[in-house]
Amino acid sequence: MSAVGYGALLFWACAMALNFHLAERFPNSRPVRSFVAMLFGVTLIVLWQGLVRGLNVSPVILPAPSDIAAAIFANIPLLWQDFAQTILKGALAGYLIGCGAAVATAIAVDRSPFLQRGLLPVGNFVAALPIVGIAPILVMWFGFDWQSKAAVVVVMVFFPVLVNMVAGLAATDALSRDLMATYSASYSQTLIKLRLPAALPFLFNGLKIATTLALIGAIVAEFFGSPTRGMGFRISTSVGQLDLALVWAEITVAALAGSGLFGLITMIEKAATFWHPSQRGR
Amino acid sequence: MRSILPILTVLTAIVALWYGAAVMLNKQWTYDQAARAGVTVTFSQVLADTMTQERPVLPAPHQVAKGLWDGFAGQKITSKKSLVLHSWITFSATMAGFALGTLAGIVLAVGIVHSRAMDMSVMPWAIASQTIPILAIAPMVIVVLASLGIKGLIPKAIIAAYLSFFPVLVGMVKGLRAPDGMQLDLLRTYNASGSQAFWKLRLPSSMPYLFASLKVGVAAALVGTIVAELPAGASQGLGARLLSGSYYGQTIQIWSALFAAAILAAVLVLIVGVIERVVLKRMGMAK
Repeated sequence: MSAVGYGALLFWACAMALNFHLAERFPNSRPVRSFVAMLFGVTLIVLWQGLVRGLNVSPVILPAPSDIAAAIFANIPLLWQDFAQTILKGALAGYLIGCGAAVATAIAVDRSPFLQRGLLPVGNFVAALPIVGIAPILVMWFGFDWQSKAAVVVVMVFFPVLVNMVAGLAATDALSRDLMATYSASYSQTLIKLRLPAALPFLFNGLKIATTLALIGAIVAEFFGSPTRGMGFRISTSVGQLDLALVWAEITVAALAGSGLFGLITMIEKAATFWHPSQRGR
Repeated sequence: MRSILPILTVLTAIVALWYGAAVMLNKQWTYDQAARAGVTVTFSQVLADTMTQERPVLPAPHQVAKGLWDGFAGQKITSKKSLVLHSWITFSATMAGFALGTLAGIVLAVGIVHSRAMDMSVMPWAIASQTIPILAIAPMVIVVLASLGIKGLIPKAIIAAYLSFFPVLVGMVKGLRAPDGMQLDLLRTYNASGSQAFWKLRLPSSMPYLFASLKVGVAAALVGTIVAELPAGASQGLGARLLSGSYYGQTIQIWSALFAAAILAAVLVLIVGVIERVVLKRMGMAK
């Protein structure tokens, strides 16, 4: 191993020592918390870079972070085109349709406890199934372009959101429902003023799970056939050409998109459910 | 058991919808065939034909059931068409990955609960790692490991492990922190050491959380294995069966593989559930 590798190991040791020291000294300070997490992430990247360079790992096996960064900057138009195809068209369209349909279904079956008792176990069961498997079927039905990817995403996000929304609509306690009854509120008034707001924390839980599922669905569906653009297409063809730096560049974009979407939902959740104990506590 | 009737109603509705959709989607092909042959067909003939096509757009439920039956019971177990063989391949990789992922999750959780620095550094990144569509890199992991000469079960197990470790980690951290201050104080008055508190209080009280996340984890491990079987080159396993079905337009084969995967998932979750019930009962924690 060369000097670069030892340097990275040394940096790792120093950073970890600093982290342990900081964590013991300032256990409850928020800036320290985020600094410690940041430092840990930076350390991982430095260690990765140092070990790949120090041990002379072939770029065909694992490219160094600097190679990946170079690949990102060299291929920005290509990455943007893939991002637009997979995330903006496939994943986002499917996410909106799927979540919308799930919420609508949950509200539709809300008046019938009979249907709910039947739908909830079935939905729970289906949510645990390897739904990605229907990707080849839907690609066959809807063609190679983004519509089939959106369809896969719709099916993947539907059940987790449905299950959470049904549970959320049932989450009000008897006391608040009685209060609405004493106000002689109608069904729709109770729904809009009491039960939909009470269901929001559950709904956002489902929406957060669905963000990752949506990206996975859109990317994996492209392995079964796609036009000559899209992140899944690029990943599978670049692996064939052993251009792993480009593959990792796509993965970086996917990771940023996933974290960004997740962060966006979290922000909306903070704004919409500011009254909930889980948001007030912090 | 009072929810049996509603569940059956919903299932019946799904099957009925499915038959309806099968007729709607498959009738075009029947009409095309009839037009080519120059005959007109009555509606009942169309109905009968849509149920028995060889490569329907959407196979009818009984065709899928027959495909499943042929796959599980109608073949020798060693045959390439046997779903028993493919399910076994997928099952073994899932189990290997699930074991690895569970172990990693528990070890990390113990570390996080006992070291504040670990908690501050690892936890945010563990959460961030789950917003990454990690399944997308499955084919890359497979190809890279294959170029290193590692093939077969291990690459699939690694992906399954990555997917199953996170639910276990989160559940275990929650579970190990479940004992309240009073119980911890009691152990302190007994002058219990850290490891004693861990073995006698924290670990037992984390069991319900562990099993809840094991159920999620085992389903995730199965999804990981199936996707890991998709890249070209894999010839065995339910994922490979899906892919070859999609290449050759064998819709019944796709649907049979899909339902085999669903059955496998249900069986795995059920097994974890049974183990959960037995363990919690022995520990006196059964509800």
